Amino acid sequence: MFGLPKLTDLIDQAQTLAGYSVRAYQGASKLILGIQMASNTTTSHDTEATNATATDGHATDATATDTHASTAADGGGHSDVFPPFDPASFGSQLLWLALSFAALYILMSKIALPRIGEILEVRRDRIEGDLAEAERLRQKTDQAIEAYETDLANAKQKAHTIAEESREAIRKDLDAKRADVETDLAKKMATAESRIQSTKTEALGHVDEIASDTAHAMVTNLLGRTAQKATKDAVAKVVKG
Amino acid sequence: MADPNKVDPIHQFAITDIFSIGGEGGGFNIAFTNSALFMVITVLAISAFLILSTGGRGLVPGRLQLLSEMLYEFVANMVRSSAGSEGMKFFPFVFSLFMFVLVANLLGMVPYFFTITSHIIVTFALAMLVITVVLVYGFMKNGLGFLKLFVPAGVPGYVLPIVIPIEIVSFLSRPISLSVRLFANMLAGHITLKVFAGFIVTLSSFGFVGWLGAILPFSMTVALTALEFLVSALQAYVFAVLTSMYLNDAIHPSH
Repeated sequence: MFGLPKLTDLIDQAQTLAGYSVRAYQGASKLILGIQMASNTTTSHDTEATNATATDGHATDATATDTHASTAADGGGHSDVFPPFDPASFGSQLLWLALSFAALYILMSKIALPRIGEILEVRRDRIEGDLAEAERLRQKTDQAIEAYETDLANAKQKAHTIAEESREAIRKDLDAKRADVETDLAKKMATAESRIQSTKTEALGHVDEIASDTAHAMVTNLLGRTAQKATKDAVAKVVKG
Repeated sequence: MADPNKVDPIHQFAITDIFSIGGEGGGFNIAFTNSALFMVITVLAISAFLILSTGGRGLVPGRLQLLSEMLYEFVANMVRSSAGSEGMKFFPFVFSLFMFVLVANLLGMVPYFFTITSHIIVTFALAMLVITVVLVYGFMKNGLGFLKLFVPAGVPGYVLPIVIPIEIVSFLSRPISLSVRLFANMLAGHITLKVFAGFIVTLSSFGFVGWLGAILPFSMTVALTALEFLVSALQAYVFAVLTSMYLNDAIHPSH
């Protein structure tokens, strides 16, 4: 229901368009006819055939078509045939085909194709060059990383060695100092001991004299008198005993 | 057939003179026809497109330059895969043929334009050009060894009397099949299009019902137009591929 007005509109439009196209076709037929007449070089039948077609387009009588058909049948001339098989046009077509194709071949092989080939070549070279450059840079980066890692390892090794060496040096130093101190102490102890020993020996050496002196004094006090020599001998005898 | 809106489907193939060089009616008379005009237009269109689009020689191609490069690589790969790297010396030839046929076919799809390739003489001349190049180069390069083309390798001797004539006939039929394939496709396609388009006009004269009926041929015309564009490209491709394969025979005659 509601589609109907739209449809008729559409049909109207289409009819108008078709009218245009029919008129355009008729116009073109007339144009071709005009060109033919102007150039005035076609054979008489060509003109006639086109004329007939143009009249067909115009449209009223069937006689034009009949004429066209009968001429086509009767003529038997070179141009009455189906146009693609018309030998009359062969010479001209061959000539222009040869000229235009030769021109095309020369333009293609001398200008267009070498140019496109060169563009593609340049691009391929450029891409390959860029890839090679990228590869080179990548290798360089790898080398740098490798060098860095080697340096790092070396530095670590070196640091380790230095630490080790200093630790060793300090230990040696300490050992040396301790040894000095111990030696010094041992020496002092030896000196002290020897002095003690000598003092002791000296003290022990005076014991006889002190004893005889003491005994003489005691005897003298008890007896009044006594011989020094006898006391001494008696003491020595006791000490010996 | 005396319909007032009758459309002549053959009229589009008529050759009409535009001007001629030489005297009237004399022996020397070269006509410049609509066919010649479209040959020139085809050549100019191809050359202008390829040369202008690559004028910038951009390292990063623009759209048009990319299209040119794609056409170049498409045909180059076709020649390389069919005829080997040795066949690349024929690359400009195959490229010219491909572009000429392609652009001529596509231009023919424009309404009121003349289709060069719908004339058998044109396609036959192109096919003969291909076969001539194959023959001349084949004999120049291989001498009489080129005749090995007709003797397939690995075929037992007693079959050869049958195989050799078949090979010769198939070789001789190449220019015919090559030219008729292209010509017939273009001719038939254009006639069909015109007939269906004519149906629209004819039906439309029957009033409202006719208008409704005309929708069918109209949709057919649309579909056929698409198909004809496909055929135009496909036939150019087929022509170029077969040319490459025939050239391969000239370069490597033994199968």
